Amino acid sequence: MPTVENSAVTAQKSGAAARDIIAIEQLRVEYPTRQRGQKTKPAVKDLTLSVRQGEVFGFLGPNGAGKTTTMNVLLGFTNATGGNAYLFGTDVREPISRQRIGYLPELTYYYKFLTAEELLRFYARIFGIPNPDRERRIDNVLKLVELEQARKRQIKTYSKGMMQRVGLAQALINDPELLILDEPTSGLDPVGRMKVREIIQRLKDEGKTVFFSSHELGEVETICDRVAILNQGELKLEGRVSDLADQYHLNLERIFLKVIGYQPQS
Amino acid sequence: MNNILAVASVVIKELYRRKDFYVLYILTVLICLIMASVNLFHDVHIVRYLKEICLLFIWICSLIIAITTAARQIPSERENRTLFPLLAKPLSRTQLLLGKFLGCWLACGLALICFYLFFGALAASREHHWPLLNYLQAGLLHWVMLAVVIAFTLLGSLVFAAPSSNATISFVFVAFILVLGRHLNKVALQLPEPRRSILYGLYYCIPHLELFDVRDLIIHNWPPVAWPVCGVAALYALAYASALLIGAYLVFRRKAIN
Repeated sequence: MPTVENSAVTAQKSGAAARDIIAIEQLRVEYPTRQRGQKTKPAVKDLTLSVRQGEVFGFLGPNGAGKTTTMNVLLGFTNATGGNAYLFGTDVREPISRQRIGYLPELTYYYKFLTAEELLRFYARIFGIPNPDRERRIDNVLKLVELEQARKRQIKTYSKGMMQRVGLAQALINDPELLILDEPTSGLDPVGRMKVREIIQRLKDEGKTVFFSSHELGEVETICDRVAILNQGELKLEGRVSDLADQYHLNLERIFLKVIGYQPQS
Repeated sequence: MNNILAVASVVIKELYRRKDFYVLYILTVLICLIMASVNLFHDVHIVRYLKEICLLFIWICSLIIAITTAARQIPSERENRTLFPLLAKPLSRTQLLLGKFLGCWLACGLALICFYLFFGALAASREHHWPLLNYLQAGLLHWVMLAVVIAFTLLGSLVFAAPSSNATISFVFVAFILVLGRHLNKVALQLPEPRRSILYGLYYCIPHLELFDVRDLIIHNWPPVAWPVCGVAALYALAYASALLIGAYLVFRRKAIN
């Protein structure tokens, strides 16, 4: 529950982090473990990161690096063991911090007994979008993701690609300032991937911020302004894609493999 | 409040789009209609037996709907991963929990209306009179009782790993209270200390759901309970439901959901 003390701390941080849409400070997340000699296992170790307004930020790392754990903290699914994280200067533990964000999970599952239209109406209601605007936005996002024909069908009848598009629609329903995407092109065909890239580019042109994790480094290199590479819970590298390319004289994939210490079998 | 009502509306939609309610309702209707077509021993008061069996079916079906609906709410959201896009919205866990409770409770209320309407029509077809106040009181008390059952089951869904084990434990607990709960104090009198004190403690701690069972008043056409007494009973149920929901909130607020 918010207290006067917490609100004061939030206000203080707001001033410093106002330019940063996402601010992560010394974030530490540990999970209990049954391994001998270890009570907890760190998933994220003292991560400090910030994402500025209008950036497309790629959050990279091999499987188990701590990317999803970090996202879970930002979204309030997991409590951090230590450190702080802020969205728009508000502590991520407060539900209001998620008012201006859209989230697309990697695995897109929604209420199968609802239609796409009903699902979007439900989420729009949670965002507090008033009625005339609500219907207009539902029409707009369904048109954007090309689900107008299927809007009145229950989601249980949808294909995987359609589910992904519903996911994108619900992430955009509140016209978010920040979009958090977890592997947005995972499982999509090339046409689907291109559409996602187009949407990300469009959001960038509108001055929105996009924060996403992906294993498709070719895509990341094309659309991201800045990237961060995580490995075993630690931040290994952060910077502008162009600056990293100039520094290492390698493409992003090679930089990634070098940073995580991958040695190819010769 | 808007968020709570939004979550509740989804729970209600789920109830009438799943088949559970329709299966139970049709089963109850079929069995009761078949029984109503039979006139054994040419007893003029046989309608009382018909009412008793019909009301027993309604109670069993309502408990099945309440417990199975509440038991699967949060676990199935986690399992189906629908919880993540939901909690990524400006929705607190408290609002989610209250929305689930309210949705389950209202959905059970709608189901009860359907059941009691059928019961009223069946009884009226034999007795040719319709004690509306009795039915209304019985329905209201039944609905308020289900608030306690739903709150208990929601707490169980956060404590127990599987919805099936939670549902089983909830059914056993409710059956224990309805059948044996009212007799615990008499059993306690027979026992030596400290078992007597333990049983008395248990007797006073458990929610006495049998207090809301006024089926005998309807079966035998007795006058309804005084409405102020019903009001006190409703407050009693809501107090228990609130305490159980507070327990559920304390468990849920710290639970990692991934």
